[in-house]
Amino acid sequence: MNSGRYNRQTILKGFGLDAQQQLLDAKVLVIGAGGLGIPVLTYLNAMGVGTLGIVEQDIVSESNLHRQVIYSESDIGRPKIEVIKEKLTAQNTTTKLITYNTFLVKENALKIIADYDIVVDASDNFPTRYLVNDACVILKKPFVYGALHGYEGQVSVFNYKDGPTYRCLFPNMPKFDEVPNCNEHGVLGILPGIIGNLQALEAIKVLTGIGEVLSGKLLIFSALEQTYQKIKFKVLPENLLITKLQETYNWFNPCEVITSISASKIQELIANSSQIIDLRTNDEYADFHLAKSIHIPLNTIDQNLDKIDFSNPVYLLCQSGKRSQLAYKKLVQAYPKTLFYNISGGLNQYLTICS
Amino acid sequence: MELLFFGIAKDIVGKSSIDLSKNSSLPKSVEDVKLFLTKKYPDFSKLSSLAIAVNSEYAADDVVLNDGDEIAIIPPVSGG
Repeated sequence: MNSGRYNRQTILKGFGLDAQQQLLDAKVLVIGAGGLGIPVLTYLNAMGVGTLGIVEQDIVSESNLHRQVIYSESDIGRPKIEVIKEKLTAQNTTTKLITYNTFLVKENALKIIADYDIVVDASDNFPTRYLVNDACVILKKPFVYGALHGYEGQVSVFNYKDGPTYRCLFPNMPKFDEVPNCNEHGVLGILPGIIGNLQALEAIKVLTGIGEVLSGKLLIFSALEQTYQKIKFKVLPENLLITKLQETYNWFNPCEVITSISASKIQELIANSSQIIDLRTNDEYADFHLAKSIHIPLNTIDQNLDKIDFSNPVYLLCQSGKRSQLAYKKLVQAYPKTLFYNISGGLNQYLTICS
Repeated sequence: MELLFFGIAKDIVGKSSIDLSKNSSLPKSVEDVKLFLTKKYPDFSKLSSLAIAVNSEYAADDVVLNDGDEIAIIPPVSGG
């Protein structure tokens, strides 16, 4: 260990060389390298955590830049995992970085998480959050939770020394249309910076034993009032008894057949002048869109049915392939005679393949 | 008695708190609070997973309420 590099924290009373060694020996997995993941990774990397795993499959887009401050304009269109690896390596060459160019899914979650001491959930959707919870409970790994909504954020440490889990607060996953995400609802650029840094702090506390870990307490930060509220909650023992993952963490029943085509076929669709419906928000569309597509944000679809030619095949497109599935389910019921296709993986997949 | 709203609950109600102290009848339990909210703001019926805290402590449906209680309505949030 280069003690000079970490001198300003090793001279800190209550921290010292022992805590620094604990960081060096630690293996931390960060799920997501977006708004929350960037501050988490930046500080854990700077402070000397020995091994950092990163799970991310998204690409950098223009609308990420106001909050995902490690990415530059020149990174737009590149896989986040590649860019963040470069930047973290430049920041600290001694950290062992392990990158997973994938999203966390039921099939890979247990295998990936098993190798780490602690997980930081910096994801941006409920299916991943419930999957992280269940996998960490099964593997007995503590995880640091952080999540955002508008001007507010939540932080807690779950499954720490048999303490409460995510399901002790929110037992069941909300339905897909219950709570909007950042893409639909918006987020103040600095908010993930604050919440992500609080997550990084909790990770450091879990790893080194300093201070009091935020276990059994949900911290709610309100940016507009600059208030921190702590809600105490208890473990419900049945939530620690999870022994296997659910059949599915998707919002959709896997038995229900959705006709899909791969995003790699998009070029072909464009060449054939096929009818592609882009279901993303106005901002996402303004950020990037295909030359030939019909823009109908998912939440306005009912008012814009006249823009769709139901006598021809309809190809449904969004950023990741989730909203297109929602539209598929809705439209296929209303227009059973029309041929609908969900473009699986959406523009993320398309841009990864074609960039 | 004061209700504090977070996340989507704040969006549904349109403000961050409601003071119930001048109401003629107050909710008697956490379950009553949920019924009160659903009746006054039907969008609450869409939320399947809503945490409620009484005086900064997580509270199940059967927890009995007192006049001066501060009740926080905390839906899950997913953004990152």
